Formats: sequence, C-alpha cells, structure tokens
Amino acid sequence: MDILLQQIINGLVQGSIYALVALGYTMVYGIMGLINFAHGEVVMIGTLVSITVAGSLIEAGMPVSLAGMAGLSASVLACMALGWGLERIAYRPLRNAPRLTPLITAIGMSIVLQNLAMMIWGRNYLTFPSFLPKIDFELAGANFTAIQVIIVVVSATTMGGLLLLVYRTKLGMAMRATAQNPAVASLMGVNINRVIAAAFVIGSALGALAGVMVGSYYEIAHYQMGFMLGLKAFTAAVLGGIGNLAGAMLGGVLLGIIEALGAGYIGDLTGGFLGSNYQDIFAFVVLIVVLMFKPSGLFGEKTGDRA
Amino acid sequence: MSEVLLEAKAVAKHFGGVQALREVSLSIRRGEIYGLIGPNGAGKTTFFNCMTGLYVPDGGGFVFAGAPLLADAPHRAAERGIARTFQNIRLFGNMTALENVMVGRHVRTGAGIFGAMFQNAATRAEEAAIRQKADDLLHYVRIEERADDLARNLSYGDQRRLEIARALATDPKLLCLDEPAAGMNATETAELRELIDGIRSDGTTVLLIEHDVKLVMGLCDRVAVLDYGALVIEDVPAVVQKDQRVIEAYLGA
Amino acid sequence: MTSRFFRSAVGIGLLAVALIALPFVAALGGQAWVRILDFAILYIFLALGLNIVVGFAGLLDLGYIAFYAVGAYTWALLASPHFGLHLPIWVILPIGASLACLAGVVLGSPTLKLRGDYLAIVTLGFGEIVRIFLNNLNAPINITNGPQGITLIDPVAFGSFKFSGTTQIFGLALSGPQKYYYLLVTLAILVVVINLRLQHSRIGRAWQAIREDEVAAKAVGINTRNIKLLAFAMGASFGGIAGGIFSAMQGFVSPESFSLIESIMVLSMVVLGGMGHIPGVILGAVLLSILPEALRYGIGPLQTAVFGKMLVDPESLRMLAFGLALVLVMRFKPAGLWPSPTRQRELAEAKS
Repeated sequence: MDILLQQIINGLVQGSIYALVALGYTMVYGIMGLINFAHGEVVMIGTLVSITVAGSLIEAGMPVSLAGMAGLSASVLACMALGWGLERIAYRPLRNAPRLTPLITAIGMSIVLQNLAMMIWGRNYLTFPSFLPKIDFELAGANFTAIQVIIVVVSATTMGGLLLLVYRTKLGMAMRATAQNPAVASLMGVNINRVIAAAFVIGSALGALAGVMVGSYYEIAHYQMGFMLGLKAFTAAVLGGIGNLAGAMLGGVLLGIIEALGAGYIGDLTGGFLGSNYQDIFAFVVLIVVLMFKPSGLFGEKTGDRA
Repeated sequence: MSEVLLEAKAVAKHFGGVQALREVSLSIRRGEIYGLIGPNGAGKTTFFNCMTGLYVPDGGGFVFAGAPLLADAPHRAAERGIARTFQNIRLFGNMTALENVMVGRHVRTGAGIFGAMFQNAATRAEEAAIRQKADDLLHYVRIEERADDLARNLSYGDQRRLEIARALATDPKLLCLDEPAAGMNATETAELRELIDGIRSDGTTVLLIEHDVKLVMGLCDRVAVLDYGALVIEDVPAVVQKDQRVIEAYLGA
Repeated sequence: MTSRFFRSAVGIGLLAVALIALPFVAALGGQAWVRILDFAILYIFLALGLNIVVGFAGLLDLGYIAFYAVGAYTWALLASPHFGLHLPIWVILPIGASLACLAGVVLGSPTLKLRGDYLAIVTLGFGEIVRIFLNNLNAPINITNGPQGITLIDPVAFGSFKFSGTTQIFGLALSGPQKYYYLLVTLAILVVVINLRLQHSRIGRAWQAIREDEVAAKAVGINTRNIKLLAFAMGASFGGIAGGIFSAMQGFVSPESFSLIESIMVLSMVVLGGMGHIPGVILGAVLLSILPEALRYGIGPLQTAVFGKMLVDPESLRMLAFGLALVLVMRFKPAGLWPSPTRQRELAEAKS
C-alpha cells in the first residue's frame, strides 16, 4: 500500500513537470498547428542557464536562496528570448508553407540548439546546486521531500495563473480566437503575429520553470536531457487532447503517474522479464495507444483537421 | 419504366442539432437521368456524401443494384459502380489530365507492387490498356488536346470535363454529378447538357444535383426536390414544375 | 531521335565506367575513403527506400531506422557466434526483409489514418521503443547482448567467395571494401530501377493521388489505407535489407547505430535532396554522407593549423552544420536542392 502511495506521489511530482512543458507544446499547436519539436531543447537550455547563473553567484558568495532565485529569473528570461527568436527567425517565414516544412525546420532547430549547448556546456553531466533545504515528510508510510511539495505547489499555481490569463484577459481572448480561426480573428483586429509570439514566449517561460524544477529535483543536468523530456511532455499534451490547456495539465499528471506505477510494477506484470529500465517505453506506448483509439485525446473535443 | 438501380430508404443524417436529412426515400431507375434539386442547404450534398460513403447516415440506408451499400467506405462505393464529381472540383492538380483519368482506372485494374517491379507481360498489357482507355475518355469529353497539361492549369470548364472523365474511368453504373454547371456560361452549359445526354445514351445512369432548374427540367427524366432535409416530391419534370410546394420552397414563401 | 538514343547510350556507358573505376580512385586516398564510399551508397539505398514512404506516398516517417535495425539484428543473430548460427545470405536477407516488412505493417496498420505530423511522432516513438528493447534485451535472457552489441558477425559470402579480406581477380587485388562497393552499387541500381518503375505504375499513381487529395482518391475507389500501408511495408523491407548488409559489412552492431538522429539523417537526405525525385534523393544521400566525413578530416587539422589547438569538437560542428542546413534549406529551397519539376510548382503554389 505504501509503495503504491509512494509511486503515486513520485508520479505526481514528475507529472507536474511534464504538465508545465506540455503547456508549451499545446499552446503553440492549438494556435498554429505546429509541433514545436525544439521546445524540449528550450527547457534544456533553461536548466543549463540556471545552473551557470546560480552556480557562479553562489561561488561569488551570494546566499544560496537568492542565487537560486536569480538563476530561475535568468533562465526564464533567456528562454523567453529564445522562444521569441525561434518563432521570429525559424517559423514565421514558413507560416503558409506545407505542414511538413516547419516540422522539419523544428527538427533542425532542435539539433542546432542541442549542439550549441554541447559546445557551451560540454558533454558531461552538470550538477545542479541545491537551493533548498532537504526536509523529509512522511504521510501514511510514504516519504516525500520539501522540493517535491514545492514542485507540485508551484506548478499548480503557475497553471492556475495561465488559465486566468487565457480566460480572463484580452490577450487570452485573442489567443483563443486565433486558435478557433486565424483568418477571422485577424479580420476582427487580432494581431496574429503578436498572439503567436506570445504563445511561444509564455510556453518558453513555463518551460524554463520546468527546467529549473527538473534540475533541482534530480540535481543533475545534461545537454541531451531536453529530447526525452520534450517527447514525454508532447505525449502528455496529446493524451490530454492537444490544443487544450487543462487537458495538457491533466495529461501531464496522468502520464507521470502511469510512468511511476508502470516502472514500479512492470517487473511483477511481466514475471520479471522486463525491468524498470523499460520505464521510457510507457510514454511511447501511451502515445501510440491514445492516437490509435482516441486521437482527440482524453479531454479534447473532436475537432476537424484544420489544415 | 425499368428496374430500380439505387434505392434510398429513409436516410437520416444530423449534424449536432441540425437535421440535414429527414428520412429521405427515393429510387433511381436504371438508364434514367435523375435530378435532385432544392434550395441552398436543403441537404443535396449531404445526401450525396451519405450515398458515396463519405458520411455515415444516422438512420436508413441505400440499396444499390440489389445489394445494400456499406457506409463509411468511399472506395467501396466506387468499386460497386458509383462514381462522383465534386461541387468544388477535386482533381489531382499536379498530375496531368491523362494521369488523372488513369488514376480513375485504379479500381478496375489489378497490377500490384510485384507487377510494377518486374514489368511482366500482364502488367505491361494492363498499363497499355489503362492508357488507351484514358485516351479514349479524354476524347469522349473532348479535352484530348490537354492530355499532357497539369490538371490545375486547365480552364474551369475543362476541369469539370476532366472530373467527369475521371469518374467515367471507374466504369460506373451510376454517375453522380454535384452541380456540374455551377459557374458555367450558357454555351458551356449547353455543351455539358449534350455530354450528359450522351453518357446516358451510352448506358450509364446519371444522378444530377443542380442549381440550374432549367437544365434539370430540360434534361432529367425524373426529378426529386429536397427542402429542409425532407423530400418534397419525386416525379417527372412537368409535374414537379407545377407543384405548389416546390414553388413555395424556391420562392421561400 | 537516333542521336538522342546515341547520346543517352554514351551517357550510360560513361556512368558505368565511372562507377566501376570509382573504388580504385578512392583507394588512392586510402581504404578509409573506399569505406566512406560504401556507406554513401548504402545511404543511397536507404534513402531511396524511405523515398517510397515520404516522397511517393507523402507519409512522414521518423522511425525509419527501426526497420534498418530489425534487418541488422536479424543478420547479426543469424550469422554470428552469439547464437552459434551461420546461415547463408539467401536465407537471412529474406528473413530480415520480411521481419522489417512485418514490423512496418504492425506499426502502420493502426497509425496510417493519422494526420501527417501525428504519424511523424508515432513513428519516432516506435523507433525509440525498438532501440530501448535492443538496449535492454540482454536480461533475463540474453537476446541482443544489450549496449555491448554483437560482434564477429559473418561477412556477406556467396559460397566460398567472401566479401571480407583481399581477393585476387584477373591479377587485380580487390580489398574487402572494394568488393562491398560493387555489391552495394548493384543493389543501389536495383533500387533505383524499382523506384522508377513504381513511380510510373498503377500503385505509384495511386500514391501520388493520395498525396494530392485523399478524399478524391477514395472517391475513385482507391483503398487509401491499404495503399499507404503498401508504401510503408515496401520502405520497411528496403530498410531491412540495408540493415542486413550494414551488419555484415561492419561485422559489429550495437543499439547506438540506430538512434533517432540516424532516422533524421536519412529523412534529411530525402528532404534536402528533393522528395520524390530520384536524382535529388541520390544527391542528398551523397552530400550528407560524404560532406560530414570531409568536414571531419578537414576541420580538425584546420583548427589546429589556424588557432594552434582544437577549439570546437569537429563532431559537434558537423551536427551543428547539419541542423542549420535543415533549417536553411526549408527556408530557402523547401522543395529540396534538386526537386522534381512538379514538386517545385506545388510548393510555389502553397507559398503564394
């Protein structure tokens, strides 16, 4: 029982991170129908920037918590700029190109970012400075740490804020209108370019936050970390119904829990044939199964092909 | 007249709260030109799409040449002998006119991957036959001079003709034309009329959805009128023309 | 007419002489260059296999390398000391191709109804699943030998004629890579002919029709799902064959050779060269397999010469250049470097 609870808690934490990253995919896809393949790399760069900034500030004698905040802010700003630049330079010129063209560009950008990161930060694993005191809690036989609590709380708050932004502000309304029908929205006076840029910038900011969380949770980072994380977050977005914000959040949490439970029990399920080293296949299996049986996702409405 | 080729039995279809088709029943006889008319949004194209398998009806169904038509399998409809054109012309734009018609032969031919790879005698003979038939059909609709032009570079009227040739390439028993005269001038319409008449004389039953009431009344053996998704009347043009309900439907009284 | 026939006959003759002489020219720069040549031709083969899927049928497959892996491991398991099996080529190659084909059908049949970009992600996921299994199927039963891979794989052999080691033929000493070269060129010519024949066949026209307008294709009676599946299965089979040859040529396979970046590399050959246009795809394959090697040999020494030390790792520069090339070509030449005349018009239309 307590193992089950423990796995659910672990899954919830991991899932909150997936959810934050998934929002970046789902916002961009919802508005312009593009799978921003490079989003995972944005998250990776966010993590590495925060390490460099926080690390050097700590070395310069700044208090750990302050340095952590500075690292987070620097990472958010860097990613917002990166997201904006990606859209402006790589994707905007391809707005009316056939569907596969921007997808291939996105793959190309992903390769570029990964290799730039490798040149800057090297091939080795980097350790993440621990910003937070290590406090353990216990609940009904399951252990969890302060950082886990913080991840879940901060994610939930941020996502609440995003929902407010999208459903209560003028920018949010413009975003929803563009997602429905870009041509009509622009006739009604919505500045499509600004809306799309906003989706990239906001998505990247959330990605940076997620990146810092991943870093402080696992205390380790690497230039290749973005790929798998991005792919799983994309799966979460599809699981929840791509284009649907609440869906991406629920999908992220659900995927996190499926993975944690799957990794915990796969040995028992297959009579010891497959071990927890197969953890990574769950996301792909979930992705394939969802797309096969319910391509609109668990919480998505059935929408037509808007190509 | 003669036997029934296609029978629609209480076909119903709704989109959300809109009842696009209300239990429409009608029958098309072999060898006739059958007109389906009605004001905009009356459900003509929806009826068409249900029949050709693009939509699954909510109720009722079709019997074609003595056997029920399966819903949700557009390629089967063509196999059974129902060919169609589209209201907003859907050609394979980057293929030549000739290739468009050759694609139409797909369903009546059988060469597979291995035939293509080894180019055996049977495959080569079949390919020659496909080409011959496509040439003949381009002649038939009188656009043989455009055979090697890309479909999308043809004039509007020629694109309509090409679409009909592609449909005829599937050897249909029933040819369904969705507003073929839309956007045509009087000369083009007269030529189209001649073409459709000829197709019927050559033994293909024709279902014609049209806006141009004059064309329909002059060409069709029988006409059905749809309004708000329901069948108003099904009869010979002389009777339909005088029917009070039809006049009201069109005048919107 | 006759002069044109004569000209093309001369052209083919010259090409044949060039193809025959090439490995001897390359050998002047060392056997390493012959091996690079071999790989370029293997990539042509792979890219033309993928071209059926991406170029002809318009399906974006990001997991193509998985089928290559299936072929490679089939050869490795059936012709190496790992299981003590040493089956001959005409047994293994068909098995590898069939298994790859089967994998293609299993993956394709439920997923081919998906829209293009979803299909891309699903195939990518499939590729990763295959790689994860290859990496981990060493316990509890050792099937793939895990990350260490399988070694001492048998070379291609017809009877007692082996493709590894040097042989004397008509007084000429032919090295292993040179022999593989002729085998690969033969296979590549075969796949070019198959591509050409498919393109102008009933099935090829159906593929193009589906790419142009799927609804209209269905309306003329094309069973779009089956025809797409056919493309997928064909592409997968070619991948399987290429994998088998790769395995035999290398004598060693490990999961590392079948990562996502390899799938992307082969896809890029097709896309950068010119989707659906056979000469373009060949150009793409040659460029992307030879240029990086040239960079590898050129950039390292150049840096040491100019700066006195290695500033940037050539491998990452190579990948960086590759990523940038993808972005730039999509931006300025979206139909590829050598597109088919039709495809160029298609894209011009879409842009306007």
